[in-house]
Amino acid sequence: MDAITIKDLDIWFGAGPTRVLAVKGADITVAAGESYGLVGESGSGKSTILRALTGLVPTWSGEMTLGGQQMVPAKRRDRSFYKRVQMVFQDPYASLHPRQSVDQVLSETLYLHGMDNINTRVEKLLSDVGLGPKFRFRYPHQLSGGQRQRVAIARALAGEPDILLLDEPTSALDVSVQAEILNLLTDLRAERGLTYLMVSHDLAVIAHMCDRLAVMRAGETVEVLSAEDLRASRANHPYTQALMANSAGTTGTPQPLESETSQTLMPAANSV
Amino acid sequence: MTLLSVKDLRVSFPTRQGRFEAVRGVSFDLGRERLGIVGESGSGKSMTGRAILRLIRKPAEVTASHINFDGRNLLDCSEREMRRIRGSQISMVMQDPKFSLNPVMTVGQQIVESYRMHNRASLKEARAKALEMLNAVSIREPERVMDTYPHEVSGGMGQRIMIAMMLVANPRLLIADEPTSALDVSVQRQVLSIMDGLVQQRGMGLIFISHDLNLVSEFCDRVLIMYAGRVVETCAADQLHNARHPYTQGLLNSLPRLDQPRRHLDVLTRDVAWAEEVL
Repeated sequence: MDAITIKDLDIWFGAGPTRVLAVKGADITVAAGESYGLVGESGSGKSTILRALTGLVPTWSGEMTLGGQQMVPAKRRDRSFYKRVQMVFQDPYASLHPRQSVDQVLSETLYLHGMDNINTRVEKLLSDVGLGPKFRFRYPHQLSGGQRQRVAIARALAGEPDILLLDEPTSALDVSVQAEILNLLTDLRAERGLTYLMVSHDLAVIAHMCDRLAVMRAGETVEVLSAEDLRASRANHPYTQALMANSAGTTGTPQPLESETSQTLMPAANSV
Repeated sequence: MTLLSVKDLRVSFPTRQGRFEAVRGVSFDLGRERLGIVGESGSGKSMTGRAILRLIRKPAEVTASHINFDGRNLLDCSEREMRRIRGSQISMVMQDPKFSLNPVMTVGQQIVESYRMHNRASLKEARAKALEMLNAVSIREPERVMDTYPHEVSGGMGQRIMIAMMLVANPRLLIADEPTSALDVSVQRQVLSIMDGLVQQRGMGLIFISHDLNLVSEFCDRVLIMYAGRVVETCAADQLHNARHPYTQGLLNSLPRLDQPRRHLDVLTRDVAWAEEVL
């Protein structure tokens, strides 16, 4: 069964003359238990797709099915939806409430998901993400970037979801901490049979984490390929090849990508 | 020829648990070359860059045997002399253009101001110079960009504008503190090659601070690897992959690689001895 199906998805911001089509006709199918990657430059619409999936962007059209449930544009998602689908955001410095301790963050989330035994569940969540019980009553400013991202992952796991949407979960972190978080995500997926839809601009990270990936550019999907194809440099589209040449961990001469004019004067809503 | 010579630099902060030493005895010499400083966050690499420009405020304390720039010890300069040196002799490009450009001034005004601060020039001359600089950092339609505000340009353009502003007064040393980590891979290369070109043309010295090992090994001539406020290893940039120190090797191995799939990435195990050992 497919965990996520997107057909002919258009997402736009604004209306009238200032309307911007951020995503044009996206088609993505993610099987249950699969890990799927979206890569592209900033402004390519990859994060926008995740935000539309969680209901943070109501202005979309097309077909969207998550876990067998058909989504309706601009309709508020109910609680059972957020129990099954959760998102981990890019910047753990911005996604945690600065005046709430780890305990408050997790117990409130558990309470809202209607969980029982909140006390033991908080401890379980913390140990699942590799944080000891001593972190329970700390505030975000007392945690390092990697520890904060672990708390954000624990919060996403609180409702025991099937689908995790990961929006550049390691781009704000150091390489050494990135390795720890990526390993944690790999283990969690193996233990819980989670489905991942992961966004990143780092091809090496996506190839490490995902089975298949879609390359996006200016709102359009230019190519869908498997991680093996990417490793073996079997990319057909010149844009994917240019991205590969530009990314670290591969050898090749850097090539200039598209002109910068499409990136200038972007409306604020688009530059997520 | 040595442009900058730093000897036994120390930066410490008072905390409730006593003094915390962020930089503990860093020494290096820099000629007209590209020097990379790499390390994790908290390793003291940014503090080293800021200490050279004397940008660290009280209650932090900066000490060194000397920080000689062009035969002058920067530690002995008055605040007034430092203001003349900053920008015109030594410039610094910060990490995120979103936070380092003035949001209520147009891009053009900011570059013009920076130029006129260090050179006696009419508004017209300064404007021409600013346009020339924007051209040099490969910005198309510089006339239009001059009149935009920072929020109207993309991250990559913002960073190039920062570089233009820092280089307009023609400094002799550029300190770049993670100039590309807020940018996409594709834009990263572009910004780097522009910086590289300008550094080569003008014969400037460059200190490039970054946590991206691949980038540094490709872009710099020499690399200092910092851990817990100390330099643990110095090597030629193209030899970085043969680095001997376990910390450097650990950093290199923790990167996911396209050509070597692994189920688990190696996690850096830190040895307490690294922080204490003397080179």
